[in-house]
This record gives sequence, structure tokens and C-alpha cells, in this order.
Amino acid sequence: MELDPLFLSRIQFAFIISFHAIFPVFTIGLASFVALLEALAFKTGNPLWQRLSGFWTKVFAVVFGMGVVSGIVMSFQFGTNWSNFAQATANFMGPVLSYEVVTAFFLEAAFLGVLLFGRDKVPPGVHLLAALMVALGTFISSFWILSANSWMQTPAGVEVRDGIFHVVSWSEAIFNPSFYYRFAHMGLASFLTGGFVVAGVSAWYLLRGREVETNRKALSICLWLLLIIAPAQAILGDFHGLNTLEHQPMKVAAMEGNWETSSNVPLLLFAWPDQENQTNHFEIGIPGLASYILTHEWDGVVPGLNEVPRAEQPPVGIVFWSFRVMVGIGLLMIAVSVAGLVLRSGGRYWRTPWFLQSLRFMSITPFIAVLAGWFVTEIGRAPWLVQGMMTHAQSVTPSLTGGMALFSLIGYVLVYAVVFSAGIYYLLRVLYTGMEDSHITEEYESDRPKRPLSATHVPFEFGDDQEPSNHGKPAR
Amino acid sequence: METLDLVLVWSFIIGFGVIMYVLMDGFDLGVGILFPFAPDEESRDIMMNSVAPVWDGNETWLVLGGAGLLAAFPLVYSILLPALYIGVFLLLAGLIFRGVAFEFRFKARTSRYLWNWAFAGGSTLAAFAQGAVVGAYVQGFETAGRIYTGGALDWLTPFTVLTGLGLLAGYALLGSTWLILKTQGHLQDWAYKITTPLLIAVLVVFGIIGIWTPFVEEAVRERWFSNLTIIWILPALTLVCAFLVFRAVRNRTEGTPFVATMGLFIFTYLALLVSRWPYVVPPSYTVYDAASAPESQLFLLIGVVFVVPVVLAYTAWTYWVFRGKVRADQGYH
Ligand code: HDD
Ligand code: HEM
Ligand code: HEM
Repeated sequence: MELDPLFLSRIQFAFIISFHAIFPVFTIGLASFVALLEALAFKTGNPLWQRLSGFWTKVFAVVFGMGVVSGIVMSFQFGTNWSNFAQATANFMGPVLSYEVVTAFFLEAAFLGVLLFGRDKVPPGVHLLAALMVALGTFISSFWILSANSWMQTPAGVEVRDGIFHVVSWSEAIFNPSFYYRFAHMGLASFLTGGFVVAGVSAWYLLRGREVETNRKALSICLWLLLIIAPAQAILGDFHGLNTLEHQPMKVAAMEGNWETSSNVPLLLFAWPDQENQTNHFEIGIPGLASYILTHEWDGVVPGLNEVPRAEQPPVGIVFWSFRVMVGIGLLMIAVSVAGLVLRSGGRYWRTPWFLQSLRFMSITPFIAVLAGWFVTEIGRAPWLVQGMMTHAQSVTPSLTGGMALFSLIGYVLVYAVVFSAGIYYLLRVLYTGMEDSHITEEYESDRPKRPLSATHVPFEFGDDQEPSNHGKPAR
Repeated sequence: METLDLVLVWSFIIGFGVIMYVLMDGFDLGVGILFPFAPDEESRDIMMNSVAPVWDGNETWLVLGGAGLLAAFPLVYSILLPALYIGVFLLLAGLIFRGVAFEFRFKARTSRYLWNWAFAGGSTLAAFAQGAVVGAYVQGFETAGRIYTGGALDWLTPFTVLTGLGLLAGYALLGSTWLILKTQGHLQDWAYKITTPLLIAVLVVFGIIGIWTPFVEEAVRERWFSNLTIIWILPALTLVCAFLVFRAVRNRTEGTPFVATMGLFIFTYLALLVSRWPYVVPPSYTVYDAASAPESQLFLLIGVVFVVPVVLAYTAWTYWVFRGKVRADQGYH
């Protein structure tokens, strides 16, 4: 097979941004959670909240650090692999992406240091303010980045002159038609990520009988939050889909696996899309439900992929299945949250082993759902990079050869494999050590203004400390 | 825009960002380059402590530069990055490794030597790649119709290898003079000892580059030898700085070597800029050809005007907090 620079660039971009994306969604959610804990601590004066917030701030610091490292690579990808795209869209993308960096840096400079290192050096009110500002800062960052991405899905406020996009209205371009939906959906996705990770880790501590009182409180507060957020995400997702139907009907057709425009379209629970023959195998569906969801009428007409020539269809299988993975996980999240509500009676939610075990399992699902969601969004847009205006093929760097693209792809995979296994290993190490060693922190605390990862003082290797070596043993 | 030449403003901002990056990340990369040669493990702790609080702030200038370049001069961004594709990859890989080495080395025990190598190797790779980029820039790029048309390895020539080595030596010099300023005892003695040889190496390499450059590029030759002879003041000032470093090391003055080395970098950088101005993608495109639309430049300028002063103030404050000598057990862990 000949090496196709376009294909390899797409793989590389998908790899790098997927890697980057999992860290920010977690930090955005966690930052808000920490701010909430700080507020509770401030209001009630209960040292329990302090302890929790101290611990989760350390976890935040590690994840944030990895987000920064992977983010640096992102800012050069547009130039190296998509230079035509960079040149054509720079009038809009340039300022917007720069504002992301500028605001992220602003927040880092001003408040991150106080949050991470200032607990005993500034008054509690100032520390709370820092936590709130860091949380706000993560949202400002995602505001810009999602505006850029939404603009690529539903471009607005620009006109093309000599192959270059010129902004004619900043407000229309920034607040483009899919922006609000995507921003809200992504915001809730971040909350779900933070919530399920904290719930899962707390459940694990509870299973081992560690710091029961503290972790029970953390679990309880998470379950209340998730009970609201998980259903809200499903409802919002529905609106998001309706908006997509209006602007990117072929993406929705791929999500539904619907080949022909027709009424009474079933909601497929299972199918094996076959792009070759433009049909599905092994279909199992609920009659008329897709029509109902998308048009609110049982016999509503839903667009099918046959409206465009084969070359303009997105790859159906991966979009179809990613969508089902995301929605499936979303429904599972609702189920788990409701189970938590039921188990509240008699305070069983923190003592029921099967429930705690399932929460442990749930802590990785938000990451899968987030990536699946992005796969739907991004691959469903193919062959367009800027919907209706610029294709992938027009965007790729002209001088890029297959060999170069393969070289850098393999290189990035290797570098990331080494660096991020170390990072994730270390993160697990911090979680494993838990809250019990938080007294170390104060001893070492210095007046260093930032440096995310340094907010923890857990040694790198397992077994290097005096922990009882019960690693991996079943619950006590 | 009659009243305000946005292109000029942005040229200044990007130019300022680049030299800020070179000076600030330069000394901490330099410390990484010198890392394997340090007298002992305790010195390595001190060396790392001396840059630990500031390095990631220093690197932010690179990210700001990358994004700012896309916003203000998209043509530069979309020609340089494809042309330097492999070099950019090496640069980023180097920066990633040394970035995480900072974090993990202090926490590692048995695997510490691995992080030592990650730190030193990453710093060296990144510095070399940056030097090669400068050389490639002087050479110019093959373009047609606002698109890079050269090959993947056009940037790698004897000339760029030399500029890569030159920057390696230059950063090492910034690193050693920084250590003179920030350390004491036998580590400082060692830093004093290596500074003079490094200075000589830098002067030799910079000298060869200075003589070679006019031959690589005719336009540069013309500027230096016929129309703008006043710019000879820049290399002269560079030599003055070199002399100051030399004398300060002799007299064991602590602050001057670092400051004078920064001066050496600034004057060399200015000489490079005047050789090429107003071309940003030599030999074909000027800053005006490369600029984005005025409304885009203006839109971002508003934010930059607010943020950059804060960044500068914050940077100054960080250095103030961490002024004075570093010890192995102090401050960091
Ligand atoms: C919804 C969230 C989100 C998404 C989709 C992205 N990022 Fe991001 N990014 C963040 C949310 C974020 C963040 C939470 O704001 C980070 C994590 C750590 C930080 O400082 O900010 C960040 C860091 C971060 C940094 C480092 C900033 C610094 O050093 O302070 C860069 C350069 C980028 N990102 C660039 C990108 C690019 C070019 C993206 C896509 C094309 C992208 N990010 C997707
Ligand atoms: C953070 C979450 C994101 C994830 C997980 C993500 C994921 C992906 C994936 C999987 C593809 C591959 C599509 C394909 O191969 O057909 C892709 C394409 C693309 N996305 Fe995103 N994306 C994200 C955000 C963004 C943002 C914020 C931007 C722009 C500002 C962006 C710009 C692009 C571009 C330029 C491509 C084209 C390259 C390609 O097709 O691979 N993405 N993205
Ligand atoms: C449960 C019901 C859910 C529905 C109906 C739903 C619906 C959708 C739709 C229609 C899209 C594609 C929009 C477009 O490309 O234009 C999307 C994207 C996405 N979804 Fe979901 N979603 C659900 C749950 C979730 C969950 C639980 C998560 C993560 C925790 C999640 C994360 C995402 C992300 C990250 C994207 C890509 C960014 C975006 O376009 O907003 N979704 N979702």
C-alpha cells in the first residue's frame, strides 16, 4: 500500500488531539469540583472539606500538567500537517486559538500558583477566590477552543476572497450556530468526567475501608450532582442532534445508519453498516423511533446518505458505532445515578459492595464517551474540514510526503507512549497513596508560584515509601 | 489603517516574543545541556533547582509565539512549519522529555538516572533543533504561490548543522553564566571554569557563521557590505559583550557574565534581523505579504495589550521571589 500523507495526517491528528482531550475534560470537571469543595469548606468550616479539596487539588495538578505538555504539540499541528488550512483560515482560527493560549496562561499566571501552593499563605477567602478563578479559567479556555471547532462544523460570519477566509462578523463567527450546544454538551461532559472519576475513586477507598467518613461525603456529593447532570446531558444531547440535523444532515444520517431518505425511519439498536453496498446488515431497530426523535412525528422524513454522492459521505460504520457507544454510556450513567438515589434509603449507597464496584468500573466510561463523541463529531464531518467550504484534501500540507508523515506519526506515538505511561502511572500512584499522607505536603510546602505536578509529593516508584504493601489485594 | 501600522506593531511583538523566548528558555536549556558534565549528583540537584521554578513560564513564550504567528503572520506559520517538519518534531519531542523530567526526577529514586538522561537529551535536542531553524531561516525557503515546495530535509545542510552547534554552545554559555550567578562553592567554581572555553567556542562558531552567511545569501551580503554599513556596530557590540564576559570571569564577578551573555545574544539577534528585514519568509515574502487581515490583527492585539504586561510583571515577580543562591535542599523539594 502506498503511504498517503493525507490519511496519515488524519491519523496523527486524531491520535494527538484524542490524547490531549482526555486531560482537559478531566481538569475542567475537577477544577469545578475543587472550587465547590473549597466553597463548602469556607462556609461550614468543616476540616473534612479542606482535606478532600487538598487531595483532589493534587490530582488536579498532575492531570493539568499532562494537559499542558500535550497541548504544546497541538499548537504546531495546524502548521506542520494542515498548512493550507492554517493559511486559509488563519484570520479566524489564529486569533481564536491565540486567545485560548492567552487566557489559559493568564489564569495559570495569576491563580494556579495560589490554588496549588498558597493554602497556608493566603487568607481562606483568597484561596477560595483562586479556586473559583481557576475553574472559570478552564471554561474560558474551552470557550475559545470549542468556538474554533464549532466554527469548523457550522461556519458563519466569514467570506472567502481569493481562497482566504475573511471575518466579516466576529460575533457571528465566534457564536456560530452549533457553538452553544457544543459548549454546553462539552461542559456537562467535563462535569460527568470529574464526577464519575471522583465517585469511582471514593468507592474504591470505601471498599478498602480507607478514610471512610471523608470518602463517604465525597461520594454522596458526587451522586447528587450526577443525578442531575447525567439526565441533563441526555436531554441536551438530543437538542444538539436536532441542531446538527439542520446544519449537517449527512452526519446525522451516518449516526442513524440511514441510507435512504424516507419517513418512518427505525431507531437502529444494532446494525453492520456496509458502505460498499450502501446498506446495513443484521439490522435490529425500533420502528419509527428515529423519525420521532429527529422530527417529533412518527412518520417524519429523515434525510439519508443517498442524498450525496458516495465520495461525499462520511465513513458510516465508525460514526454509527461511536454514537451508540456514547449514548449507551450516557444511559448507563443515568442508570447508575438513579441506583445511587434508590440506595440512599437506609444509607446503603456507601456500604453496598456491588454498587461500589460498579462505580469503580464507571470511572473510565466518561473518557470513552468523550472520545466517542468527538469521533462522531469529527469523522461525521468528513470529507469536509470546514463544513461545505474546505475539504480535508484541500487542507493538507502540499509538501508533506507519506514518509515524513509516517515518521512523525510513529515518533509521536513512541514519545507519548513513554511520557504518558509515566504520567498515568504516577497518577495511579497518587491515587493509591490517597489522602492519608497529606501531612507530608505541609512540611515540604515552599513558596514556589506554580509548577503543577510539584503540588504532590508522592514518590515516583511504587514500594519506595513505607506503605503497607497491600497493593492489589482484595477489599478488606 | 493609516494611523497605526498594525503589521509593524505585530512584527515588533513577535520579534520581542522570540528574543524573550531565546534568552529565557535559553539558560534553562543550557543548564540541561551541561547536566551530564556536572561534577556530581548533588550539583545536578542544585542545577535543576536553579531553573525549576521558572522554566515552564519561560516555555510559555514559545506557545504564545506559535499561536501569535498563526494569528498575525499565517504565511510564515504555514511555510516554516512544513519546511521544518522534521525539525519541529524533534524540537517538540525534546521539549516534552525534558518537561516531564523536571517533574519526575525529583520524585524518582531508582529510576532517577533515566530522568537525568531525559532532561539532558531533551534539552540538547531542542537546542540543536532551534539552532538549525535559525540557519534554515538564513538560507531561505523554496516557495511557489505562497506554498512551501522544497523537500523534507532541505533544512539540514552543513550550514544549519553549524548554526545548530552554535546555538548549543550559546545556550550552554547562558547556562554556565546563570549558574555562576545562582550557585556557590564547587559548583560555581566549575561554572567559572567552563565559561571561558564555552565563550571561545561560541565566538568561533558565531564567527564562522558570520563569515559564511554573506556567502549563503547574496541579499545579506549586499546589505552588510554596501548599503547599510552602520549596522557593523552590532557585531562590534557583540564583541564588547564577549570581552565583558571574559573579564568578569577573570575577576570572578558574579552578575556580569550572565548579563553580558544576554547582551551578546541580543546584538547577534538584531544583526540577524537587520540582515533580513523586511523579509519574514526569505527570500520571497515580506512582513506585509505574510500578514493576516487587519481586522484579525486588531482583534487579537486588544487581548495581547492586556495580557502581555501581566505576563511580564508576573515573570519579574517570579524571579524576584527566587532571587539569591540556590541550595540542594532548598525551595524545591
Ligand atoms: C474543551 C477543552 C479543550 C479542547 C477541546 C482543547 N483544549 Fe487545549 N487546553 C485546554 C482545553 C482544551 C485547557 C483545559 O484549557 C488546558 C489544559 C491545561 C491548560 O493550561 O489549559 C489546555 C492546554 C492547552 C495548551 C497549553 C496552554 C499553556 O501552556 O498554558 C495549548 C497550546 C492548547 N491547549 C492547544 C489546544 C489546541 C490547539 C486544541 C485543538 C485543536 C486544543 N487545545 C483542544
Ligand atoms: C478535544 C477534543 C477533540 C477530539 C477528541 C477530536 C478528535 C478528532 C478526530 C478523531 C479526528 C479525525 C477525523 C478523521 O480522521 O476523519 C479529528 C479531525 C480534526 N479535528 Fe478534531 N477533535 C477535537 C477537537 C478539535 C478542535 C478543538 C479542533 C480545532 C480547533 C479540531 C480540529 C480538527 C481538524 C483540523 C481535523 C482534521 C484532521 C483529521 O481529519 O484528522 N478538533 N478530530
Ligand atoms: C446520553 C445521551 C447523549 C446524546 C443523545 C448525545 C448526543 C450527541 C450528539 C448528537 C453529538 C454530535 C453533535 C455534532 O457533531 O454535531 C454529540 C457529541 C459529543 N458528545 Fe454526546 N450525547 C450523549 C451523551 C454523552 C455523554 C455521556 C458524553 C460524555 C461524558 C458525551 C460527550 C460528547 C462529546 C465530547 C461530543 C463531541 C463534541 C460535541 O460535538 O459536543 N455525550 N453528542
